Order: sequence, then structure tokens, then C-alpha cells
Amino acid sequence: MKTKCMLLLAALVLGLASCGGKSTLSSGGGGGGGGSGNPIASAAANVATAVVNAGPSGDVNTLFTSVTVCAPGSTTNCQTIDNIEIDTGSSGLRILASALTANLPIQVDSSGDSLAECTQFVSSYSWGPIALADVTIASETAASLPVQVIGDSSFVSVPAACAGTGSEEDTVAAFGANGVLGVATEAQDCGSDCAESSAYGFYYACPSASNCVPVALGTASQLQNPVTFFATDNNGIIIELPSVAATGAESVTGALVFGIDTETNNASSGTATVLPVQTGTGYLTVSLNNTFYDQSFLDTGSNGYYFTDNSLTQCTDAEGSGFYCPASTTSFSAIVCGYQDNSNSGNCTGAPQESISFSIANADTLFSADAADTAFPTLGGTYPTASSVDLGLPFFYGRNVYEAFENKSTSKGSGPYYAF
Amino acid sequence: MLSIRAGLNHGLATALALGAAGVLLRATPAEAALGAPSASIANDGATLSASIKATPHDAYTVHELTLPSGTLVREYSTAGKVFALAWNGPAKPNLSQLLGNYFADFVATAKATPGGRNHLNLSRSDLVIQAGGHMRAFFGRAFLVGSIPSGVSSDELR
Repeated sequence: MKTKCMLLLAALVLGLASCGGKSTLSSGGGGGGGGSGNPIASAAANVATAVVNAGPSGDVNTLFTSVTVCAPGSTTNCQTIDNIEIDTGSSGLRILASALTANLPIQVDSSGDSLAECTQFVSSYSWGPIALADVTIASETAASLPVQVIGDSSFVSVPAACAGTGSEEDTVAAFGANGVLGVATEAQDCGSDCAESSAYGFYYACPSASNCVPVALGTASQLQNPVTFFATDNNGIIIELPSVAATGAESVTGALVFGIDTETNNASSGTATVLPVQTGTGYLTVSLNNTFYDQSFLDTGSNGYYFTDNSLTQCTDAEGSGFYCPASTTSFSAIVCGYQDNSNSGNCTGAPQESISFSIANADTLFSADAADTAFPTLGGTYPTASSVDLGLPFFYGRNVYEAFENKSTSKGSGPYYAF
Repeated sequence: MLSIRAGLNHGLATALALGAAGVLLRATPAEAALGAPSASIANDGATLSASIKATPHDAYTVHELTLPSGTLVREYSTAGKVFALAWNGPAKPNLSQLLGNYFADFVATAKATPGGRNHLNLSRSDLVIQAGGHMRAFFGRAFLVGSIPSGVSSDELR
């Protein structure tokens, strides 16, 4: 089915329709942006297939791709792993140990001690050693890339300071994927902070597998956005997903394109407005409901539009808990503004900006309409804080979203920025 | 196939179930911040190697802890106890230390939110815990609903 959809993706540009059944691409319709039928790159050396489907845990609005890992320099000790989540909210490739059969060497420090990481997510942590791998996605390779092996059975003693940061996600079932491909605007998951201090609690050295102590770790040894390690097409990505019918779809097939303005298939088109984001945090400002949310961000790793609107009814059942369940689908208009390091920081005065619109439907209705659906463009929920709008994966449906990395240049300027 | 589509939290039942299972019995109230006597804040500061700056307000005192990572933790106390706390920064603080016995509720809510490691929202009649952000930019807060001084809006507790 994946192949069939891939072929039809090319047809979509010509105005033809879908992949059959409910597992479809629907052109047109839906919220704002650039009209119907955004072009989606066909197969090429710098194009990986990106799919939304149930994955290993039946989660919704989760974008997956596959990667091939090899021991550095090897062409035989290799493995292709699917169900790797594409996450613009983190940096680095992390693979669950139970999904990994290739034998990758563990990275060691100058004392010969194994290196490990306590990866921090908002509500959870993932613990495991740092290995080295040649990582190939589509036809691009990141050579000798530090990758994390989550839940390695040789490193079962989680340091107390790590366990104290949240819920453990060290299995495929808990993680909801075989791994995560972190392609945030930042090159490393921690950067110079962790190179200078062990206080961040990210990196550990392990004299033995059951005794790991926090260490400072140079940026070269840290987890890296793999795309920045590619020999070419390494200055950014484009996430290209078709629009999805408002009622949902069983699956969605699009493209993860490497590079911006480096090939004929990744030119930043004439209309895209560059929206800078804050270095380090990736923050920009969203103006919504007459409020400026200055810690907003785009995140494929979030499964909905998340923002605070007390006039929207929240779902009360377990399945919909945290999502909105308005009596009728509610439309919103918003402005996404680039980050400004000046006195206008936090409002949109003088900032490059793009208007967007989106709708929030009743999550219970969406989920009950077809149990097989996994892609919902109108899914939203309440956000924990009053300063952020989280433009999650639904925002990416029907758009080609350009993301330029920090310290990388494109014909439209230097990253970090988004454009769509 | 089991279809799991939870949003931000599954609520009380799961939290109680996991709490009863003794997820974090070793967290002792004497060391914990939330719900503990205000004197425990100094203990938090020492345990987290943080400097503390206290600022009195009309109805409560804000104790701002600056951690070595640069992450800020604000603990809100009355004469009796710590009734709220919030965090914001490039690394999460030790939430087991700060939430004490309520850390079990945080963990239970996270576990009940598949596909939702980037959000946490626990909203009970007695306890609210919320967390958001992403790698390099984490924030969150927790408060005991019944212990907020009268006249104080939860919107202030950030």
C-alpha cells in the first residue's frame, strides 16, 4: 500500500486523486495556507517517505519514517528500522534497544568509560548508552553519528537524578515508536551548555553499567541532528504532507526532504516568508484570540494543536482526555510571527509573519467515527501554560514546511527559521 | 489492535492505581516541596544546589531557586506550606524532589498519555500538574487547589 500511495503522490500534483479507501490524500478543502494540492516531492536521493499511521502503539497524528543503521564503516552489520518518529522538537537519532539487531559500538570517553544519556522529554525520560553508527535516510548518510540506544539491557540501572525527571519510556510500547529522528533547528540536543557543565543531567559516564555519573560532554560527542551530518543537503529539511479530510484518514503519505535550495526539488519558493525562531528554544510568537503567545513553536512530535481557550469545551472521557470536544467545529485565525530580539519581542510589530487558519473539532466524534483512523487535521487540546501555542502535526497537513537549521545558510537567509 | 488515543491525561483512576502500587514510596514528605512545610524549601535548595531568592507578596511568598543548569524553580508558600511550584528552563529539575509524593501522580499521568510525552496535564479537584515545551525549553507547574490562598488566581502561579 505504501508503494501504491507513493506512485499516486506524483499523480496528486496533476490533480488526480487518492490511494483508495479512507487511506487517502484529499487535495483541497481544509484550513488556510496556500490553497489546494501542495506539491509533494517524488522519490529522490534526498527524499524519505514520511507516513502517518498507527505505528506500534496505535497513537494518532504521529509521523514516521525509516532509517538504516550500520556499524561505522561496515556494509554488512546493518539494519533498516521502520516506525521511527520524525520529531522537530528534539535533536538526535534514538533507537529502542528491542528494535535494534545491528551491533553498534558504544561510545567511550578518554578514560574508556561508556557514555550514556538521560534524554529529557516534557513528561518522560529515556535512558541508555550512546553508540556510533553510519545512518542512512533515503540516500543520504551521516557517518559515525552518535546515536542513543534506549533501554539497553546492559544499562538497566537508571541514575536516581534521571529517574526523578519523569516517567520512564524505555520500551517500544511506552515510547510509541521504534525510535525517534530528532530534526530540530538546533544541531545538538544540549549543545555548549552540556559541554561546559554536567548540571543539565543529560550526559553520563559509566565506569560500570550500573554506576553512571553526570559528566560534561563536548558537542561533537553529543546527540546530533543527523541531517547536519550529511555530506550534502544538510542545511535544513522540508516536511511535505498532503491535506487530510476533516473527518480523518487511516494513513497519510508525504515526504521528508533534505536540504533547502540545494537541489531542484527543494527550492524555497517565491512566496514562503522566512520566520526566524529563537536560537536554542526554537520559539516564535503566535497571535491568537487577541493574545500574543511568545513561547510558541512548531512540533511534529505533538499530536494536535495545543493552546489555551477556556471557551472550548474539554472532553470528559478517558480517550479524549486533554483534547477539546466543542459542540460544533470551531474555526480560528492566527498569525505566526518570527522571533525578534528587540523591544518588540513578544508582539508582532515589525516581524515577518504569516496568517494561518485552523479548526478544532470534537475529539470524541473524530475518534468514534472510524476506529482505524490515525490522522486528524482538526485535533486540538488544552495547553499547560498561558504563554505557548504548540503547532503540532495537524498544522503540517496540507503544507510544505521549510525548517532551516542554526548556523546554516539558504538562499533566503540563515537558520534557525521556519517558512511555509 | 488496541487503539490508544489518550490526550493529556487519563485522570484519577490510573493515578490512584499506580500510586497504590507504590511507585515512589521512597520519596519522603520531609524532603519534598509541594505540600510540605515552608521550611522544606531550604532543603530543596541544598539538594538541587540552587541559590534561593525570596520575594514576599500580599498573600504568599515566592522563593525563586536558580539551579546550576539555569533552570528557574519558583515555590509559592504561605506560613503553613508550599502550595504551588513552577519550573522553566533548558533542563527539567528533579521533579521527584520537588513534587514529593505527588511525583507518583506526575508519572501515572505521563504513562496514561501514550503519544503525549510532549505534554502533561493532570487536572483533579485537589491537584493540578501541567508541563510543556520541548527539548532545551521545558516548563511546568503544580499546585494544590484547596491550599491556594483566598483571592489568589491560579494564573499567578507560573
